[in-house]
Amino acid sequence: MTIICRCEDVSEEEIMKAIEEGCRTLDELKHRLRLGMGPCQGRTCLPLAARILARETGQTMADVQMQTSRPPAVPVALGLLAGDSRD
Amino acid sequence: MIERADVAIVGGGINGCALAYELSRRGAEVAVVERRSLTSGATGRCGAGVRQQWSARENVTLAMQSVEIFEQLSQDLGADIGFRQGGYLIAVHDEEDLRQAEKNVAMQRSLGLEVDILSPHEVTEIVPILDVEGMRAIGATFCPTDGHADPFKTTYAYAEAARRQGAHFYRFTTVTDILTDQGSVTGVRTDRGDLSVPVVVNAAGAWSKQIAAMAGVEVPNVPYKKEIIVTERMARVFDAMVISFRDGIYFSQQDEGQVLGGIPPPETVTGYHLEPTFSFLQHMAATLARYAPVLSHINVIRQWTGFYDVTPDARPILGPVEGLEGFIQCHGFSGHGFMLAPMVARLLADLIVDGAGSPILESLNLARFEDMDIEQEHSVVG
Repeated sequence: MTIICRCEDVSEEEIMKAIEEGCRTLDELKHRLRLGMGPCQGRTCLPLAARILARETGQTMADVQMQTSRPPAVPVALGLLAGDSRD
Repeated sequence: MIERADVAIVGGGINGCALAYELSRRGAEVAVVERRSLTSGATGRCGAGVRQQWSARENVTLAMQSVEIFEQLSQDLGADIGFRQGGYLIAVHDEEDLRQAEKNVAMQRSLGLEVDILSPHEVTEIVPILDVEGMRAIGATFCPTDGHADPFKTTYAYAEAARRQGAHFYRFTTVTDILTDQGSVTGVRTDRGDLSVPVVVNAAGAWSKQIAAMAGVEVPNVPYKKEIIVTERMARVFDAMVISFRDGIYFSQQDEGQVLGGIPPPETVTGYHLEPTFSFLQHMAATLARYAPVLSHINVIRQWTGFYDVTPDARPILGPVEGLEGFIQCHGFSGHGFMLAPMVARLLADLIVDGAGSPILESLNLARFEDMDIEQEHSVVG
């Protein structure tokens, strides 16, 4: 078994099965499998998953729409973000 | 795409998918048309709380009926929807709050809801990481049967069950027009062809206003940008959703261990804008750290945004409209679409298939905005 998403423990087999069941985008794989939802926010797994999706659905890598990147760029402690503000 | 069906549902969020399930269960042939993927709008971005503590009687009734369905839903749909009843703990900040809480609790109990007013000590017994002083609270109300479910699992479970009952799903398909003839709906036009139907349900969330406009119907909804954060996972430390109407904050610990929550952004933004803001992130972090100081050490891993589809009284718009036969509204949930969906789907399916109306549907009809007799729901967060 090949692990693709290390944060959420998603294997290549699970991704292939989800594609077989109809998933057509990385967002749909995320909805079904939590792919890319862990601490690394898909920085490791998404390029790999995109490659599998392209291969299995006959798309090119350029056709595969990447998931939206959102802040923070790296995990940041809540207390640090709270800073000195007194809300 | 099929050529004709009994009902077309515009929107593949929780409400569209739940309704597809309830309609197909009653034997109707249903087609769901969704512009992107299922759950891609508010459903897949929401806090997914399920709350019965409301200030408006009708909302309590509707939410209690929804919870009853949620309790059976994994079994009914044949898939785990992640429904967990850890309760909702609602902060009471001062004497004025307390008087409103006492009024709400009395009304809620009269409807059979199990709900209590807690002392500061009882608050920390239920959620040990809370700093009651930091919350500037004097107590809380608590309903142990409130909870949350997984919005992806729930929506996909509804959709899969609907599909098994014969419902058709068209994702990545855009509705471009609602077809009408002499005051009746006749179909929907999409970028993949036309579909003939006598009934169209507008369940397009924040985009419902645009779908209604295609049919020449004006609705008063306004999309509000809402923001939310999630932390890394940690060991389970609390089960309840914590909310405050004064601060507008809500947060809970999800099944996998992450803490997820939101608060109204410092700058109110209406319209179709989805950019996350640093001012929200800072405000959310500061408020959450004040409520639960121990969380200061936990890492935030993502912030994102979504829409509340807000009506003038913060209650949904459901049912038929004057002057256009077969055009059914199912939107305007104002941030509460996920938790109400199971019951709303049953009410609308009964209406569409059997013509069965109900007082609750009548009170939530679009026509209410024509007169002044509006019961405003005050218990809104996020």
